[in-house]
Amino acid sequence: MAPEPATLPAPEIASEWLARMTLIRRFEERAGEMYARAKVGGFLHLSIGEEATIVGSVRALRDSDYVISTYRSHGHALARGTPPENVMAELFGRADGCSGGRGGSMHMFDLSRRFMGGYGIVGGNLPIAAGIALASDQLGTDEVTLCTFGDGASNQGTFGETLNLAALWRLPVLFMVTNNQFGMGTALGRHSAVTDLQRKGESLGVPGMRCDGMDVLDTHRVLSQALVRVREERRPVLVEAVTYRFRGHSMADPEQYRSKEEVALWRERDPITTFGALLLAEGVLGQDELARIDADAIAQVDAAVAFADASPFPAPESLYDDVYVLDGEVRGTYTTPARSAPGGETPRRGRQEPSSNDEIPQQLTEALAAGEDSGEPLGEPA
Amino acid sequence: MAPMRYRDALREALAEELRRDERVILMGEDIGVFGGAFKVTDGLLAEFGEGRVRDTPISENTIVGMGVGAAMTGLRPVVELMTINFSLLAFDQIVNHAAHIRYMFGGQVKVPLVIRMPQGAGHQLGPTHSHCLEALFLHIPGLLVAVPSTAADAKGLLKSAIRDENPVIFIEHEALYGVRGEVPEGDEHLVHFGAARVAREGSDVTIVGISRMAVTAEAAAEILAAEHGVQAEVIDPRTLRPLDLETILASVRRTNRCVIVEEGWPHGGVGANLAALIGEQAFDHLDAPVRRVTGADVPMPYSKPLEDIAYPHAAEIVDAAMAVLQGAPAGGRA
Repeated sequence: MAPEPATLPAPEIASEWLARMTLIRRFEERAGEMYARAKVGGFLHLSIGEEATIVGSVRALRDSDYVISTYRSHGHALARGTPPENVMAELFGRADGCSGGRGGSMHMFDLSRRFMGGYGIVGGNLPIAAGIALASDQLGTDEVTLCTFGDGASNQGTFGETLNLAALWRLPVLFMVTNNQFGMGTALGRHSAVTDLQRKGESLGVPGMRCDGMDVLDTHRVLSQALVRVREERRPVLVEAVTYRFRGHSMADPEQYRSKEEVALWRERDPITTFGALLLAEGVLGQDELARIDADAIAQVDAAVAFADASPFPAPESLYDDVYVLDGEVRGTYTTPARSAPGGETPRRGRQEPSSNDEIPQQLTEALAAGEDSGEPLGEPA
Repeated sequence: MAPMRYRDALREALAEELRRDERVILMGEDIGVFGGAFKVTDGLLAEFGEGRVRDTPISENTIVGMGVGAAMTGLRPVVELMTINFSLLAFDQIVNHAAHIRYMFGGQVKVPLVIRMPQGAGHQLGPTHSHCLEALFLHIPGLLVAVPSTAADAKGLLKSAIRDENPVIFIEHEALYGVRGEVPEGDEHLVHFGAARVAREGSDVTIVGISRMAVTAEAAAEILAAEHGVQAEVIDPRTLRPLDLETILASVRRTNRCVIVEEGWPHGGVGANLAALIGEQAFDHLDAPVRRVTGADVPMPYSKPLEDIAYPHAAEIVDAAMAVLQGAPAGGRA
């Protein structure tokens, strides 16, 4: 496809795109710092470098459309409008996290903004995306689902299965492969026989398109074109967004699979500085406005960290909440504490390791101190 | 009451719920034009059309995952997997997503999805089409597990499953599809999850039968009564999650003896779990160790004589019941 020059949107829109990309960048940088300070547990996958791919695609959607992502999904939540406070609180494992502290970095979720989640299993979100699109179709809406995944996921069985089914049933789903050049530490050319990823859907009836994922304008332009085909022609499209992650796969990545020179080359195409420079050159924003956008992002991230720090850990007695939907008519034994701790006493085996400056709930402290992990004596069934 | 085959009771449940709630859709391999590998869905395509009775490609993991996504956003999908062994191809979506999404996303969404599949030996289908795997699903918090053994329960539990807000693993048994039973008439015959069925009352020994083994246990109870003068109480839990442990414990406290029968493997099986629960909660009432009768701890062989001895029959249940009545130590195949 011959590249067409992408035109700038209205100034306030262009400015919002820059601001959102900057927020994601500053958020991710701070998340990395918080990880180093052990405020954040588990794995932390940052999307620094991929901001244009995220914002350019999400901004092409309507509010009524769905987005579903991967384990690298902080940016998608933020782009969709989830407050940074709740995203940071989720990283901190707090009750005010956008998944209630149950999901962590890899499992962000915000139903109210139709952000249908980050998923920890590579390729696991593709079938779910098709199912969401099936519901949209069956219920007679014109909603579209944007399904993002990485280049590594294009080798999973779900990729072939889901693209085939989506094309067969003409489901309104837009597949976007975020080609950041590596499946973890394995370079594209070492994990995929076909490296022209936009073509990987052709044999499955899914046409491909490509955008420059380092350019928010191009990403938005291509996604907008693709969305018309998906929404109006009822045909899934596969868009390859060519991008690069500047940081390692996760925080525990010595990056032995690529050179500093390669990273430096890509950094010259930093999606935020290049877009900022463009807006400056085009007279959309002045230097002071650029500085204000960055200061604003930093202030929002500061507030998010303060909020997350102040948010409590989920209560131990909430450990068994939301495993099931209980409708009041249920009988019988569902879970272990329902059986062995009648009356809803201290949940058992609620292993939590809050950082030292946080209060550990007294009940749990006593239980841990006593070396208990088998809990209450067994009684009658609840 | 009307006599009806297990398979037809299931079809009636599907048809009634499809009529009752337009959010209900069926998806599965060959469920439409072909009518279902076991003819459970025969005729439904003609009544409800291709939008609601959807033939899928052979892509189990994706079919289940699509059911998850559709359930999260307003539909009530019923996915048919041709046999339980094929569910292993969909285990990622079942465990990582169907079971865990509500919890890992802080309770923001529900996944009202039903996954139907038959299991069981007896048709010489060998090691990839014959197993009983309910224990795998019982293990996973977030799933409900139903194992109906009669036509009435098949219908009533399936209707309840479709109306439930949780993901339900609905395990049918291949050997039961053609078996007739009395089914209450009317389209509001619901069987609640977590309510065991006492298939036969008795005061000497409690026999808990899982899935098809509830039927085999009833046959064993007749032999025990006729040949040994032993009155066995036969309990079919009907659902393994939630489990009606109270009914089982109440029976054990009365009979003081218990045999658990399942077609699945002994290690980490349904019976192992249930024996532990009974040991924890009714130990003082037991006059003999709980005894298990299980499938043999081998992949299911093809050859008929081998297959026959690889899953339980009434005679072994009779032996186990007589053994606990005589206080003999548990042996079994484990």
